[in-house]
Amino acid sequence: MKGAAVQTLLSRSGSLRALSRDTHLTRLLVMLAVLVGFFAIVKTEGFFNLLTWQSMAIQFPEFGLMALGVMLTMITAGIDLSVVGVANMAAIGAAVVMLGMAPRGADPATATGAIAVAICLALATGAAAGALNGFLVAKVRIPPILATLGTFELFTGIAILITGGKPKSGLPALYGEVFAGKLFGLIPVPLIVFAVATVLIWLLMTRTAFGTKIYMLGTNATAARFSGLNTTSLLVRTYTLSGLYASLAGLVMLANYNSAKADYGSTYTLLAVLIVVLGGVNPNGGNGRLLGVVLAILILQILSSGLNMFPNISNFYRPLIWGGVLLAVITANHLSGRRSSHRTSKGQGQTK
Amino acid sequence: MSALFQKVIRANEFYVFLVIVAVCLLIQVRSGQFFTANNLVDLANAMVVPGLFAIGAFLVIVSGGIDVSFPALASLAVYAVTRFLVDSHYEGGILLPFAMVIGLGALLGAFNGLFTSRLAVPSLIITLGTANVFSGVMQGALSSVQIAKIPPAMAEFGRSSLFVATNPVSGLTSSMPVSFLILVVVAAIVFFLLRFTMFGRGIFAIGGDESAASRAGFNVRRTKFWLYVIVGVIAAVAGLIRTCGMGQMHPTNLLGMEMMVIAAVVLGGTAITGGTGSLTGVMLGTLLIVIVQNSMILLGIPTFWQQFSLGLLIIVGTGISALQIARSGNGLRAVLR
Repeated sequence: MKGAAVQTLLSRSGSLRALSRDTHLTRLLVMLAVLVGFFAIVKTEGFFNLLTWQSMAIQFPEFGLMALGVMLTMITAGIDLSVVGVANMAAIGAAVVMLGMAPRGADPATATGAIAVAICLALATGAAAGALNGFLVAKVRIPPILATLGTFELFTGIAILITGGKPKSGLPALYGEVFAGKLFGLIPVPLIVFAVATVLIWLLMTRTAFGTKIYMLGTNATAARFSGLNTTSLLVRTYTLSGLYASLAGLVMLANYNSAKADYGSTYTLLAVLIVVLGGVNPNGGNGRLLGVVLAILILQILSSGLNMFPNISNFYRPLIWGGVLLAVITANHLSGRRSSHRTSKGQGQTK
Repeated sequence: MSALFQKVIRANEFYVFLVIVAVCLLIQVRSGQFFTANNLVDLANAMVVPGLFAIGAFLVIVSGGIDVSFPALASLAVYAVTRFLVDSHYEGGILLPFAMVIGLGALLGAFNGLFTSRLAVPSLIITLGTANVFSGVMQGALSSVQIAKIPPAMAEFGRSSLFVATNPVSGLTSSMPVSFLILVVVAAIVFFLLRFTMFGRGIFAIGGDESAASRAGFNVRRTKFWLYVIVGVIAAVAGLIRTCGMGQMHPTNLLGMEMMVIAAVVLGGTAITGGTGSLTGVMLGTLLIVIVQNSMILLGIPTFWQQFSLGLLIIVGTGISALQIARSGNGLRAVLR
């Protein structure tokens, strides 16, 4: 009897919870080490090539930025499945502006101006799209899954309407050059974008009241409302951020593919959700760390690039691997949650 | 009589029905082609596969979950069976293909059920995972390709018709496929299941409140598991019907259909948070979406609008449903499951 009470007390106290979170981080670090070790031994030559790492650093910001947004929404016990739609819509908007303002052969000054306007427009589109998601979730009270699946169709539909289903290409060369550039000839620009975006989220989550509040909201929405939090505004801001990050991902994709199309990145929805769940964020909200999500992004990128080095593994196996990893992770989380009795995944509205 | 009237005008289905009538009249006025025998038969034909999927999706949504894996499940089950039958030069009747597809569908459904019944993770995330596993197995492990020549029995089943309707003006004919009967039979069985068995009541109870259902004595795990098995079977049968109807196996034909089906279910008045909904509403919702999709051509609207209008339909449909739930005081529960 007394033992149980002590255990409850311990599990409520911060130190134990930090420890249990750390076991997840430890698990992720081990996974990362095993993967790196495996590919380092099996494909030594390809794996230690600087180009491999640079191409990874150009690629993962695409879905990494989306995953950061999804992470925020999942901490509030929601989800954002519209990120790919937002990214494509924003990228297409940017492409249309660039093509309109600076057609082929425009002088550099015009091109620079066009690119600046296009980037601003894309980010504004993303934020507006996210705000629409937030409005539907917080005000209309559509469950986040359905609201964002619906807006995914809507945004993709808008993207198809603008482009007629065809790719938009022929962007000013300057745009691609900026993103293909490397700081000190070493660090690709997309990685810098991703790093800055991550630091901003980190500051937001650890140094502002907003960060604390979204955890509270995700832990118990009712309690959060009764403690005087403006849950509507919080949710709208969270989804707006997610949309903003998705549009940033769209801009990176626009540079990497040098074109925009309504159905680019169709596998990224699953990948973003997988990353966030793998990173240790509880799909029921209130729990999760940025570091875990960043580690998960790295793990999946290394897995993906590593698989690329095996030409006989068809690309079609990729969904099987992503899906399998997702199922394995949620099962493992469930089993380890059952072992440490107080970390069982809880239903909606239950306190921790 | 007036009590019945009150009941009718309060029902969600009534309004869906009104919308359908309005849409039909609009299309008739604009194109003059809607109320022709062959168009109506075409619509019934186009209803079969989405209708079956919608019944499955409806069962899952009523239980408080969401399943996005059924198109991948159906594709994998039907592809594997068709591949096997083609490779073994199968010449027999249609019963064996159906039996095999049902078996495989049940197996894959059980795979879904295993996870959804045991993990406290939103079923959307689980089925997102299993959907990718299914399509990965089909495209990777089975390296799926289009199969142009399906077993003769399947092709024949796809061609068989109950009756043929002719448009007296244009002379176009449309035949009513036998598979329409399967939709009717499945709907009847599910109706019976939901109305008259404890299993069916259990699905509603779990969707209403899982812990309450558990305390009331329902075996939540077992109910959920068998629910996903049944949904797997229904989806696989729908997949087989589509393949027979097309006369060829196109592995990725069904993928991406899940949103349209979920939209149909929700438009039909099924509560997105689970616990309430009716089969009549589901059929009306499906009919509405099928009419809208099929009639875009009649109205001369470019197909580019299809995805946009689908998204709009989902948001408006779920929005109305969500506002109704909020008004009925259950709003606090209207969050992610």
